Amino acid sequence: MVATGALGAVGVAAVAWPFINNLNPAADTLALSTIEVNVTPIAVGQAVTVKWRGKPVFIRHRTEAEIKEAEAVPMAELPDPETDNKRVTDTAKKVRPEWLIMIGVCTHLGCVPLGNKPGDTKGEYGGWFCPCHGSSYDTSGRIRKGPAPKNLVIPDYLFTSDSLVRIG
Amino acid sequence: MASSHGTPPVFNNKVIAWVDHRLPIFSYIEKEYHTFPTPRNFNYFWNFGAIATVMLVLMIATGIVLATNYTPHVLMAFDAVERIDRDVPQGWLIRDLHMNGASFFFIAVYIHIFRGMYYGSYKAPRELLWILGVVIFLLMMATAFMGYVLPWGQMSFWGATVITNLFSAIPVVGESIVTWLWGGFAVDNPTLNRFFALHYLLPFIIVAVVALHVVALHIHGSNNPTGIDPKGPQDTVPFHPYYTMKDGFGVVCFLIVFSVFVFFAPDYMGHPDNYIPANPLVTPAHIVPEWYFLPFYAILRAIPDKLGGVLAMFGAIAVLFILPWLDTSRVRSCTFRPIYKWFMMFLVVDVIVLGICGSKPPEGFWVPLSQFATLYYFAHFLVLLPILGKIERPLPLPPSIADSVLKKKAV
Repeated sequence: MVATGALGAVGVAAVAWPFINNLNPAADTLALSTIEVNVTPIAVGQAVTVKWRGKPVFIRHRTEAEIKEAEAVPMAELPDPETDNKRVTDTAKKVRPEWLIMIGVCTHLGCVPLGNKPGDTKGEYGGWFCPCHGSSYDTSGRIRKGPAPKNLVIPDYLFTSDSLVRIG
Repeated sequence: MASSHGTPPVFNNKVIAWVDHRLPIFSYIEKEYHTFPTPRNFNYFWNFGAIATVMLVLMIATGIVLATNYTPHVLMAFDAVERIDRDVPQGWLIRDLHMNGASFFFIAVYIHIFRGMYYGSYKAPRELLWILGVVIFLLMMATAFMGYVLPWGQMSFWGATVITNLFSAIPVVGESIVTWLWGGFAVDNPTLNRFFALHYLLPFIIVAVVALHVVALHIHGSNNPTGIDPKGPQDTVPFHPYYTMKDGFGVVCFLIVFSVFVFFAPDYMGHPDNYIPANPLVTPAHIVPEWYFLPFYAILRAIPDKLGGVLAMFGAIAVLFILPWLDTSRVRSCTFRPIYKWFMMFLVVDVIVLGICGSKPPEGFWVPLSQFATLYYFAHFLVLLPILGKIERPLPLPPSIADSVLKKKAV
């Protein structure tokens, strides 16, 4: 009886799996696209938004002051402690503090934070502010205040030259 | 209860008699909707079950017609809806009926829920009836949410993004669940496709649960404003014609108000941002859900922690499932509960306050207010309700429904 029941359960699970897995991303969606961005036109203090895998990616050319501010924050003040240095390192382990590249999606519930456009409010910590539920990020894109639990996510990226960056 | 229950009806029409002998649908209708003994003292709050049923049928009818002109594709959905509004014959009417129908369905259901809570309709032996109602409410919320995504405007897109991201709060597997819900790495075409499929499916599941809700209702019959059980034929009237007429009258009154919105203010309850096509790179400055979700949205935002906020929001509905066991009073109706009556009204005010908080930006004064209102909401169910049942001294109950009605007449 138990063996029959167990075998039956395995059978049901085996049949159910294709139906469940069917809802996962399809092969064409999964096919990891990469984009290449020329960062030369982005002046110091400016930021651009590019689209990658359906999501916005922020590329900010940080000023000296912004970099200093981000580096000076004590780890104890951060809900999700991470050094600024780690957040500006590309996949070849090269550190470029002037370029901050992040997925522009609030880690709370997925809105696009403000702060990338010149007129935008940058929040209390001079970085980004999510208008949906009030999360504030600092100049390193780290969460400082509000309901978001994590820092803005850094995608894999690689500077193929000083002016070209490949995201993905 | 009534004697008519025992004897099967005799049908003079030969065709009806032939069918009924093989499939007793006519006997069933006769028993459950004609002779069905119903308390004689219903007030107008008892109309909203019938009104909600009419709205459900209206939503399905208009929805099927809309689907014939709709295309669930990110590049075509917005235009398809605009075309329904502008080019399709009477498309504007069908769409406005559907759009406002959702709001009025929720109005009817919220009044229906309030009725159940005020008169203690959830108490034994109607706990399952109440729980089935909460299931219907949850299914309605899911259906309404997915329907709102279909026009693929800015609010559609960002509403879908925020609500699906709620599941990312689940530890460990959250992100995988969200990817699974989306069928990709963001809300995109696969998401729109599956939401359309589910939006078409869920209403029929609601119909099935409504059927169970009605079956459960007809086992012990309706509650009534006194909250005491009918004790004999003098306490009840047959459902038809008494309540078919009264429900019909209530439905017509409700539909008149509904029509005012459909014809004169079709976008009053909507949000203008949803007439901007979806843009995955720009979040509207102030995103809000439809009005009927605002109290729950306020609870979500009141908690300054992602998982905590999500748990509180779902908890606000989950607590309704155990309501029959949280209420320790033996008296059903608030009419005879001098203290709880007031707390019930405070709860209504609290939910309205939460709704207002949910519509405001999450800053300044609104944050502590929504936190206080959230605390009160849970305190009502988890603290006040269990304690009040023990310490409150209820007013004397009338000896019977007939007594309560006739005494009122005499005064």
